[in-house]
Amino acid sequence: MCLGIPGRITAITDEARLMAMAEVSGVRREVSVACVAGGDLAALVGQWALIHVGFAMALIDEEEAAKTLQALRDLGEAQETLEQMALSQEALA
Amino acid sequence: MTVQAMKFASEFRDPAAARVLLAAIAAKADRIGATREKPVHIMEICGGHTHSIFRYGLDKLIHEGVEFIHGPGCPVCVLPMARVDECVEIAETPGVIFTTFGDAMRVPGHRKSLMQARSGGADIRMVYSPLDALELARRNPGREVVFFGLGFETTTPSTALSIQAAAREGLTNFSVFCNHITVPEPIKALLDDPDMMLDGFIGPGHVSMVIGIHPYDFIPRDYGKPLVVAGFEPTDLLQSVLMVLTQIAEGRAAVENQYARVVPEHGNPVSLAAIADVYERRPSFEWRGLGEIDASGLRIRAQYAAFDAEEKFGIGYAASSRNVPEIEGCACGAVMTGKMKPMQCPQFGRGCTPEMPLGALMVSSEGACAAYWQYSGARAAAE
Repeated sequence: MCLGIPGRITAITDEARLMAMAEVSGVRREVSVACVAGGDLAALVGQWALIHVGFAMALIDEEEAAKTLQALRDLGEAQETLEQMALSQEALA
Repeated sequence: MTVQAMKFASEFRDPAAARVLLAAIAAKADRIGATREKPVHIMEICGGHTHSIFRYGLDKLIHEGVEFIHGPGCPVCVLPMARVDECVEIAETPGVIFTTFGDAMRVPGHRKSLMQARSGGADIRMVYSPLDALELARRNPGREVVFFGLGFETTTPSTALSIQAAAREGLTNFSVFCNHITVPEPIKALLDDPDMMLDGFIGPGHVSMVIGIHPYDFIPRDYGKPLVVAGFEPTDLLQSVLMVLTQIAEGRAAVENQYARVVPEHGNPVSLAAIADVYERRPSFEWRGLGEIDASGLRIRAQYAAFDAEEKFGIGYAASSRNVPEIEGCACGAVMTGKMKPMQCPQFGRGCTPEMPLGALMVSSEGACAAYWQYSGARAAAE
């Protein structure tokens, strides 16, 4: 459960709270970019990040993202994370 | 090589690179005189690495003189039953919405697991992120929303940042039941155990992304053992084993970073600042199977007491009577310290399976017992 999953940051959703939309294996999820935000939030858009429990923890390049995602799929971790994201949406209802 | 191992080997995306690394490991192992009878013991600390080793059959593909010892790095596996009991008690308090990562739902407690408590009517919700627990608190001002904070340093920043956000927003109905633990301290405890025979370590990848590589400096400095921080792909793990063996062959011990593409030397500064602001070390903390370990757990600082479920409910490690016995017949402790292999446990595959776990090592895919069950053929044999 200490593994992050690669996702691509697609938009900044709340500048004050350092929140962004990320796409993780086709699933959209709002994440915190507090841990990877430098000065320019807009510069994060389009970048790949390792996302752990809703927080972008490190910026990575596209090749690293692809390799990590494949490793997580092999371990069943990617599917599990996506299921947890879906369950969490239900929990909020 | 077994048929099973060959099947896994064929799934490597880069089998040529894996073969080269396996050959280099074999040469190095021969050079230092490692044999099946007198193997080099390398502990992978992280449960994700344990899972990866089994998934790709690395333990079977690798030279017979290299033996993996599976470390304590699976948070639900080291969670004492008393903490689960306390979670259930909080969750059954009227008005509470208890939120947790899914991993913790099936960990057995003395009375029941969180899954069973939910079936019994407690409002327990699996969330992906503490941010979702925070959102639940915003949407349900009349309810107390408690988030079960568990996990190592990878996860700790997420609850620290959530508590800081709750404080900024002035939320009064959000708290964290903090049971966060740290990686370096149990390693020290294992190295201090006179029965432990470890020659080197594979360090965790994503934990180190947060804390950097220097918290491990004491391992080569004080104990003369190498540690290599590793990524999760099979070739990352093999390369890291080779780096450990190379250090042993050259008679040196150092902390090295095989995963520098993700792990910065000094970690993630924002995460470390949030952890330091919200949490402080407990003098000691209880680990399932390992007992009490000095300074290995975190608690919420007094300035954030309004968000501390231990304070709000008067329940938790600090208030407990300690030494609550584990289930009779469960040998998780012996397995976790490498003194017993999972299949030597009398309950393995009998009283204890992933579907009906007796011990925590069977609950998570990162637990050594669940990994043996899934990948060693034990499951197939039972079915």
